[in-house]
Amino acid sequence: MTLPYYVPPEQLMKDRAEFAQKGIAKGRSIIAVEYADGVLVLAENSSSALNKIGEIYDRMAFAGVGKYNEFEALRVAGIRHADLKGYSYGRSDVAAKSLANAYSQTLAAVFTESVKPYEIEILIVEIGDEPENTSLFRVRYDGTLVDEEGSCAIGGQEDELTAHMKDRYEAGLNLRDALRFAAEAFEAVESRQIGPDEWEAAVLDRTNGRRMFRRLSVDEIGTARS
Amino acid sequence: MSLDLPSGFPLHAHTPDSSFLELLKSRALNPTWELGVGDAETLRVPEATTILALRYADGVVMVGDRRATEGNTIAHRRMQKVYPADGFSAVAIAGTAGLAMEMVKLFQTELEHYEKLEGTRLSLEGKANHLARMVRQQLPMVFQGLVVVPLFCGYDEAESVGRLYTYDVVGGRYEEDDYAASGSGGREAKAYLRSVYNEALSEEDALTQGISAIAAAAEQDTATGGPDVRRAIYSTAVLVNGDGYQEVAADRVAALSRDLVGDSE
Repeated sequence: MTLPYYVPPEQLMKDRAEFAQKGIAKGRSIIAVEYADGVLVLAENSSSALNKIGEIYDRMAFAGVGKYNEFEALRVAGIRHADLKGYSYGRSDVAAKSLANAYSQTLAAVFTESVKPYEIEILIVEIGDEPENTSLFRVRYDGTLVDEEGSCAIGGQEDELTAHMKDRYEAGLNLRDALRFAAEAFEAVESRQIGPDEWEAAVLDRTNGRRMFRRLSVDEIGTARS
Repeated sequence: MSLDLPSGFPLHAHTPDSSFLELLKSRALNPTWELGVGDAETLRVPEATTILALRYADGVVMVGDRRATEGNTIAHRRMQKVYPADGFSAVAIAGTAGLAMEMVKLFQTELEHYEKLEGTRLSLEGKANHLARMVRQQLPMVFQGLVVVPLFCGYDEAESVGRLYTYDVVGGRYEEDDYAASGSGGREAKAYLRSVYNEALSEEDALTQGISAIAAAAEQDTATGGPDVRRAIYSTAVLVNGDGYQEVAADRVAALSRDLVGDSE
């Protein structure tokens, strides 16, 4: 019987983190921007079939970057979590904080216990009746949970996008301006023009009735940017 | 890999595809009732009474009265019997109120759950079939005298036509091409509709006839609540057409109902 090599835990965690970061860096980023009536989530995604952004519950949306099958599994788990809770208690009892915590626990467990960490980063967005009740939660591959405000980015170009948006963001934008703001951040960081059909965009909007999630069509994106 | 963390998500392979009902079952959370040995005759629970639906030129109108009865007493005067199922369909309930309301809540969650997971709505036929399955699962309760019979209608986006479905207690599903009614006053409501119905009714006419049919049923059937001008309680009415599900504003129904009883202001 051979003894397994001893690997110091610091090294083990470092290797896993590097592995996950490398995977995430390959994927395109996603931006979330608060505007007057809600939150816009914008992703660069040329596939119209495979979504990176999805509806979780009445006022809650999900976005994921990295390996599709991994964040898709988390999206599905999130919908199940939310629907079970809303069915057992009441619709208003489904809150982003508990969902973000659950995601954080799961990703942390996968990071430390499984053979390979998830190569993903996710964003959970929730809007309240008032703009100040908006939550943007970012969960990293190792379960780190960050609460953001105003605008934020996840994925490979997270740092560049965040730096670009930091001084330019202002509260109270309308949807059209928010869309321009987010798209320009992408184009500035990538130094190229991106066509209307290369985006995937969705909003959580307080004016949408009970289910506040809505996808934006290619036309809508094109018009907003023209 | 099984990760059933107390505060996290179970990520194991056993996943109940896109059905919310299957998800509930996999967690043993699905609504179940132990069949007692008592005599169902002695069990007095609220019963939802008369509901109806009729197809018109652009879609379907669905109307329900507001009364729930317990034996020969009125249990509730303002019960809601017509509900949205999703953005393009509606469901109305008659029979044991408690079971029926739970069935509606489960049905609504089921449709939304599927839509969110799959990124597309179930077909109208898929929705109707699923509801049939839910009715069928109530069968053991039927033998206890606890019956739920829904009406279901929706707009078929693929064919651009409104459709209407009725059910029997064993989960039989029937598509109707004109009108349908259920509950204690269903017979009278149907008799009324038979005399006035034609398939080219306008929205306004269909709505008027639907509300009139409930009022006609209330004339004969004590369990059906007619227009109650004193308490301002009127039927609930909804439309399902190419624009989706819309609730008819309460004051529009009130105005139509007051016209019927000659109380127009």
